[in-house]
Amino acid sequence: MLIDWFTVVAQALNFLILLWLMKRFLYAPILRAVDAREQRIAAELKDAEAKQSEANKEREDFERKNEVFDQQRADLLRKATDEVESQRKAMLDQARTTADNWIAKRQQALRTEADGLSRTIEDSARSEVLAITRKALQDLATTDLESSMAEILMRRLRALDGQSKADLVAALGPASTAPIVSSAFVLPPQKRAAIQQLLLQLFGSNAPLRFEIRPELVCGIELSVNGQIVAWNVDGYLQSLRKEIERIASERTSSATAAVVAADGQGGLPGKDARPPDTEVAEDPSTAAAAPVQVSAA
Amino acid sequence: MHLSPDAIVYWQFGLLKLNATIVFTWAIMLVLVVGSRWVTRKLSMGLERARWQNLLEIVVIGMTRQIADIGLQQARTYLPFLGTLFLFLAAASLATIIPGFEPPTGSLSTTVALALCVFAAIPIFGISKQGLAGYLKSYVEPTVVMLPFNIISEASRTLALAVRLFGNMMSGTMIIAILLTITPFLFPVVMTVLGLLTGMVQAYIFSILAAVYIAAATHSSKSKTAATASGSA
Repeated sequence: MLIDWFTVVAQALNFLILLWLMKRFLYAPILRAVDAREQRIAAELKDAEAKQSEANKEREDFERKNEVFDQQRADLLRKATDEVESQRKAMLDQARTTADNWIAKRQQALRTEADGLSRTIEDSARSEVLAITRKALQDLATTDLESSMAEILMRRLRALDGQSKADLVAALGPASTAPIVSSAFVLPPQKRAAIQQLLLQLFGSNAPLRFEIRPELVCGIELSVNGQIVAWNVDGYLQSLRKEIERIASERTSSATAAVVAADGQGGLPGKDARPPDTEVAEDPSTAAAAPVQVSAA
Repeated sequence: MHLSPDAIVYWQFGLLKLNATIVFTWAIMLVLVVGSRWVTRKLSMGLERARWQNLLEIVVIGMTRQIADIGLQQARTYLPFLGTLFLFLAAASLATIIPGFEPPTGSLSTTVALALCVFAAIPIFGISKQGLAGYLKSYVEPTVVMLPFNIISEASRTLALAVRLFGNMMSGTMIIAILLTITPFLFPVVMTVLGLLTGMVQAYIFSILAAVYIAAATHSSKSKTAATASGSA
């Protein structure tokens, strides 16, 4: 018989024992490990997915921030460029203004220098002309000329009227000092007598005259008593001539200044009313020329 | 020359005896259990794992998938039974390569014992799955007339299971033994390799048939209901 029933039973028992042992030592732990691994992998995949989505979100966030940052940077750059441009323009304007001012000052200085130089030349020319005239008149001055000048003085005395005459009369009063007749040369005796006679005739004064020689009068004659002076000399004409020259020079300076102002197109330069202090305002030439005889208080 | 390792008796006391079948079965059991215990004593739950653990995982998962492919849902419920069956038979077949080893499956007692285990397991799994009535109802399917044929089928397939395995394993060892006397040296080696192949195939066939029978017992009414539903649809 091929079947041994004891062995059959024993083998069946053996198989059941093996089944139990294998279940305990093989299948359960292996399946547990596999399940744990699968769970872990699933968890890791889920975690990775979560991280992926988070990373995507952060990347989008970052990109948005980057965009905003780029925008801000562009804005700042544009703003800075604008500011620099405006500043550059302002600085250029300032530099231009400064340069213009400097040029204007330089031109003014040059003009002032030129004016000063021309004035110096004019002054010296005027002085030279006056000196030449004075010298020529001194050369021409003779006794006849003195007689003529005495005649002119007498004519002036006769022409006095009004307040001037009253003042002179008062000065020639009884308590007066001796009237002084000054001239560059000695007057002839007959002329001295004629003047004395004229004073008596016109002003009722017979106070004795004193005659003095004053070469600085050049070509002139002068009667002075108690501070009142009646005089005629060439110096008056020369003074008038000087004033006329000064007036012409001043006018030329004014017109040149006005031309510069018009060329500059702006203020800051002295106008017509702001002349240099040494520039005299010339009087009417006719008035100036017609005042060679001075009656003034000494 | 022994036809069955049952004939090799090492120790006997009355009915109790210790023959080669039982001894070599114990040896296989020892190797399987100790090997499993040794590999699984420090299992890695992470992605890194030892090669032996990897091997056992492949084997266990492969068997689970095979069971599921046959149609058994909840394959893990049947894994201990069918897996142990396959591993024991495979180990017995592989061990034939060891000189002097007598495969316990070469004994009809062992194959009968395993077939009886399958025979017992089929109603146990069937009843636990569909209940006693559901299981018994499968014997009168499709008609009551089929009841005796079903019972005969149940018994005969168990016998066939036992005899098939026994015949193959016994013939394998017998052929090698005969060839050793006729043509020593090379030819028995070739036959041994062939025996390994047939042994593995027989282990696979035995396990698969057991699975199919269990599946038939647990699925019969359900699959029929599904077929009816699909047919009416």
